[in-house]
Amino acid sequence: MSLQAAAAQAGGTIATPTAPAGAVVPAGINWEALAVFAFFFVLVTVLGFWASRWQTGKKPGAAAGHDGSANLDEWGLGGRNFGTWITWFLVGGDFYTAYTVIAVPALVYAVGAYGFFALPYTILVYPIVFVVMPKLWHAAQKAGHVTAADVVYGRYQSRPLELAIALTGVLATMPYIALQLVGMEVVIKALGLTGELPLAAAFIILALYTYAAGLRAPALIAFVKDLMIYIVVLVAVILVPMKLGGYSAVFHSASDAFAVKGGATGLLLKPEQMLPFATLALGSAMAAFMYPHTLTGIFAAKSADTIRKNAVFLPIYTVLLGLIALLGYMAYAAHITVKSNNDVVPALFNALFPAWFSGFAFAAIAIGALVPAAVMSIGAANLFTRNFWKPYVNPNVTAHGEAKVAKLVSLVVKVGALVFILFVPTKFALDLQLLGGVWILQTFPAVVFGLFFRWFGARALIIGWAVGILGGSAIAFADGVKPVHTLLIGGDKFTVYTGLLALALNIAVAVVVQLVAGGKKQPQLAPAR
Amino acid sequence: MRLLLLVPFIALLWIPFYNRDLPALFGFPFFYWYQLLWVPLTAGMIWIVYRANARAGDHDGEAP
Repeated sequence: MSLQAAAAQAGGTIATPTAPAGAVVPAGINWEALAVFAFFFVLVTVLGFWASRWQTGKKPGAAAGHDGSANLDEWGLGGRNFGTWITWFLVGGDFYTAYTVIAVPALVYAVGAYGFFALPYTILVYPIVFVVMPKLWHAAQKAGHVTAADVVYGRYQSRPLELAIALTGVLATMPYIALQLVGMEVVIKALGLTGELPLAAAFIILALYTYAAGLRAPALIAFVKDLMIYIVVLVAVILVPMKLGGYSAVFHSASDAFAVKGGATGLLLKPEQMLPFATLALGSAMAAFMYPHTLTGIFAAKSADTIRKNAVFLPIYTVLLGLIALLGYMAYAAHITVKSNNDVVPALFNALFPAWFSGFAFAAIAIGALVPAAVMSIGAANLFTRNFWKPYVNPNVTAHGEAKVAKLVSLVVKVGALVFILFVPTKFALDLQLLGGVWILQTFPAVVFGLFFRWFGARALIIGWAVGILGGSAIAFADGVKPVHTLLIGGDKFTVYTGLLALALNIAVAVVVQLVAGGKKQPQLAPAR
Repeated sequence: MRLLLLVPFIALLWIPFYNRDLPALFGFPFFYWYQLLWVPLTAGMIWIVYRANARAGDHDGEAP
């Protein structure tokens, strides 16, 4: 997904840790808000550790470990037993990340209509989920696959292709985890806390209960987090416009501000923004459920029907996201000025809400960072264990051994993200996250096409993947790490999402390779489920 | 019936159709309420396809 990336491009200064200034950082620590924040954080921590006992023992043998970690199906997929409700909260909490809550309004605040590509993106993702994901779930469930790379290996029997998919997943996820930390950093700062200790402490607690409870921890915490976010957003979208003179006034003040600002900003898209807007929406929608964290939520579902129902009901979160995006405009009506666009939501809350409610809202956002960060680290750990450790290091690893490796890797992944965010400029994480979105989209043909038709062979897919990854990265770097690329065709300019461009290249190359080298020496395909 | 799922793509990716201010609704310019409206519309279309498949005996999705 490239929301963040687009935000970085549009906002310029977005996410750069700023010196305490302006309305964002209260003078000193906001004790009332901090107390409410701390209460909910402790509550969630207790839930996280208790989660290892939740929903276990439903399957024979599952309870053997009593710590929910007997094997990778238990630790990494919560026993594959999540029904419609749990899946709804888990995927909702995992796909609409805390960083989204910070970055989407920040982008809308910075550029206006262009930032709203998040809306068509998070609408169009669901027809895709409805058609593709039940099939993927079946393929995984029948053979006991835990990751997308498992499914790809199962179908094409190609270790190189499996490794390509797994590597892409891990690389795309790492910077994404780091960005969740940016989301937490923003609200911790808004509470008036300084230094890096609070962030490090929060993340280490997260790492420990994910280690202990696996996917059950974020699934349980997602309930709390999502309810809190819903309360915050409903209060905000009703109360804030009342304080500011209604939605007309909100849109008007934003419109006036953009008129002064000039450039490619405004309440409507400029003609040259339409194609980038549409291609970003479509490309992001196709990429969204290729990420390990969203796929982990899919694989953990109890049945394919659970997923179909969720495709109908998950869009409720998209309404929420649309309303959250409007916070960017409300900031203009409330005369908020921030040094860093990412501070716009906390600044708005601090300005308009009583301290205790700000604390509640900040806790919701911080906890909102924990859920996706946990699922992302679990998804990455599952990939490492199943598609690298097992084939290349220890082919005889037992089910219990797999869980052990994955738990350790999830710790390493999180500590790595923490170190990254503490010592490397945030801009770097943003750039990597942008590239990650381009990369993960290149796994689409290998993961999805085989579910519907079996014309492509492993060789064509892997060459297409390599061309997509290298080509996409090269284009992005040539543009100065931007999410869109301008093509000149017959004197006309067409600006499109780089990930989609790379995917077109990927598929074209795969088709050519398949036509040229097809019939010969294709590895035997496994029967389609 | 599955073709119904293509409708949101046309409705939301054809930008010139909705990139305008009027008609406004509850103070929201057309661009904004149109996109928000497509959230329930898309969910509804997915639901219709889901029901149609279920009636056609697609028990593919039932838990074993």
